[in-house]
Amino acid sequence: MTAVAARVQSWSFTANHLAVGGLLLGVFAFYVALPPISARSPFWPALFGTAGAVVGLVAWRRGSVRLGWSAVIVGIVGAALGYLATRSSVEHLDIVFTWPSLIAAMFVFATPLVYAAIGGIFSERSGVVNIGLEGMMLMGAFWGIWGADATGSWITGVLIGMASGALLGLTHAFFSVHLRADQIIGGTAINLLAVGITGYAFVQLYGSENIPAGVSEIPRLKMTFLEKIPPEALGDFLFGAFGRLSLMIWIGFLLVAVSHVVMFKTPIGLRIRSCGEHPRAADTVGISVYGVRYAAVTLSGMLAAAGGAFLSVGVVSAFNEGMTGGRGFIALAAVIFGNWRPFGAFGAACLFGFSTALAFRLGDAYRDSVAGMDVLAQMLPYVLTLIAVAGVIGRSIPPAAVGRPYTKQ
Amino acid sequence: MSEPLTPPPEEAPPTTTAGKLMLRQRAGGIIPPIITAIFAFFMGGIVIAASGHNPIDAYLGILDGAGLNWFWDDFGNTDVLELTTFNFTQTLLRTTTFVFTGLAVAFAFRCGLFNIGGQGQYTIGIVVAVWVGAYWGNALPNGLHVVVGIVLAALAGAIWAGIAGILKATVGAHEVITTIMLNWIAFWFASYCFGQGGPLQNTTPGQESVPSSDDVYEKSGAIIPVLWGDQGFQALHYGFFLAIAALVVFWVVLNRTTLGYEVRAVGYNPEAAAYGGISVKKNFFLAMAISGLFAGLAAGTDIFGWKYDAGVLDVQASAVGFVGIAVALLGRSTAVGVGLGALIFGALDYGTTRGLDPEVFDPTLAGNLSLMIQGLVVLFVGADLLILYLWSLRKKRFASPRMSGRGA
Repeated sequence: MTAVAARVQSWSFTANHLAVGGLLLGVFAFYVALPPISARSPFWPALFGTAGAVVGLVAWRRGSVRLGWSAVIVGIVGAALGYLATRSSVEHLDIVFTWPSLIAAMFVFATPLVYAAIGGIFSERSGVVNIGLEGMMLMGAFWGIWGADATGSWITGVLIGMASGALLGLTHAFFSVHLRADQIIGGTAINLLAVGITGYAFVQLYGSENIPAGVSEIPRLKMTFLEKIPPEALGDFLFGAFGRLSLMIWIGFLLVAVSHVVMFKTPIGLRIRSCGEHPRAADTVGISVYGVRYAAVTLSGMLAAAGGAFLSVGVVSAFNEGMTGGRGFIALAAVIFGNWRPFGAFGAACLFGFSTALAFRLGDAYRDSVAGMDVLAQMLPYVLTLIAVAGVIGRSIPPAAVGRPYTKQ
Repeated sequence: MSEPLTPPPEEAPPTTTAGKLMLRQRAGGIIPPIITAIFAFFMGGIVIAASGHNPIDAYLGILDGAGLNWFWDDFGNTDVLELTTFNFTQTLLRTTTFVFTGLAVAFAFRCGLFNIGGQGQYTIGIVVAVWVGAYWGNALPNGLHVVVGIVLAALAGAIWAGIAGILKATVGAHEVITTIMLNWIAFWFASYCFGQGGPLQNTTPGQESVPSSDDVYEKSGAIIPVLWGDQGFQALHYGFFLAIAALVVFWVVLNRTTLGYEVRAVGYNPEAAAYGGISVKKNFFLAMAISGLFAGLAAGTDIFGWKYDAGVLDVQASAVGFVGIAVALLGRSTAVGVGLGALIFGALDYGTTRGLDPEVFDPTLAGNLSLMIQGLVVLFVGADLLILYLWSLRKKRFASPRMSGRGA
């Protein structure tokens, strides 16, 4: 208790806190124009946006450069988006911002990213860059649904998908650890290879048809008790957001927590991290750098493939060539944005998942009034990822030895 | 990604991809790429056999589909009504595109950057080229119209790549992720432009619902003159010479100018280059922009040379930028190498799709096979340490029979 008290007493108001306040004001500038508040006057977004930007400027003057500028940008963007929202009809906004289902959709789109990002964290923390996440996801997506179709069970389907990802991960590990190949080029090769392999196998196994309907799907967990939680509005919200999520989404939450514990609280995690920070030192104390890296990269392939399998077996029940659509790279961005930490990556994945969910809703709501809006809105997650990677907010430090092959002496 | 705080003293410079490749190239010369290609095709053959087809028949079918039998069956025949000759012109047409997209990857590579955004830069170039070609009416005389169109397409590609270059130079955002994101943004932007209700959608009466642009040839008549073939049937155009010129320019710029020297210096070792007074940031940006310029040139010559229009499906199915990666890596990012790589992948591309006789081998399978071979080529090029190791082992054995190889 005393430690906590001491921490509370030593807490002081810094420029960074000011900047975070500015960020929140900027976000609120947009939120104020959305349901349920639905301010109809452009005055409110303008007010909060300007306030956020001004607070950001003050924070910048006081030395919080990156966060301060982020607050300025978020304030301006928030005010602009808020203004657009006030110009838009309430019916449209209600279609787009139905919060419970928007949050549920966020988890659906975030989960593939979460699995792949956790895989990416293991790989990169051990010192191997894994650009091949995208390809490993694609392998999981195809072989997952093929397995579910062939064996009639989604469990074996996902396991087969994970095995295919592990195989690809093993290939990447062999080339980057043993052969000391360039890891970025190797990962790119893995991606190209996966497009070819899945496309070839898809045509060979299914011809011109798609996966037949009625493939075993990953079940959803119906949590009716959430609906009965006292204030009715809260119960409805919780049930709408969490009441019908797929089993693999819950496993994904668990995975994040378990990965955090494994990575930061166990000897295994310490070994993995030491191989990524200073492999020579790890080798000196008797850790098998090659072994750890092999295991981590293979695991990352398995996890990324599980994310891909969730896409095909859990969401769309079909396979399209190249269906992962750059998600592996967005997951990689989530790893960087989340500072190589499971919870950080989870937050980033949720952000990107939210933008994807929003993109689909925007397309649905404005398809009739703005021609091509449904297509244009698809850019949103990629634009957001680009901005995030560009490091508007914070700057992350990768494991020191990531991307460097290790040579035993 | 920022530079690590404490660089582990594992390996002596060069630290970058380009630097390593240069070193290995000096060590291995032309042998490793050849072994790489053979190995990739061999692995592809195993896949064909495993899926119950005859690999030798399939490869011979692809060879014929690419029209490479022109050299021994039909050499000197210029009549494009002959299938072999026609296929050969189609292979050269794709080679033209791949020279540009290959150079787009190669130039950045020499600066230590991995530009996998050639696809997005190409796509943006396509949008601009179609806009200039088909929606400017007859504002300019035809010849000038073509030149302006190609130049603007190239600039659009340069700007698109330049975004990644600026982000790399200023905040250190890794170019692999930024260029991939830019690829997808370009993908959806072009889909929007050519799609239903988009600004560049078909205006021809009766075709307003086609998700494709107007035709450059119909709207303005501004096209690159035909070099070999029939203009109505995807003829080889004079852009082929532009591609060859681009290879020469690439070599001259890299090897005979200050700019090229700085780009290579940064690619070989950024720290040393900075110490020598070369601005690393400036060269990161310039290398990316020039790379994008090449990808934009590919788009400009494609639209004004033989495609004349672009649709949503064309944009979404296109992979020429990714082929460029395999071309550049197989060609070791050298002018001659890129030229030869483009020919190989041009032949593979046409020979596995339109040119392939469906009786011999299913083109939908073969198209994916060519993707797999690209992946294998890139994988083995990245790992030519293995090949070099085996090669050096062989040489050592010749030099001193008693010496045994060390474990890798």
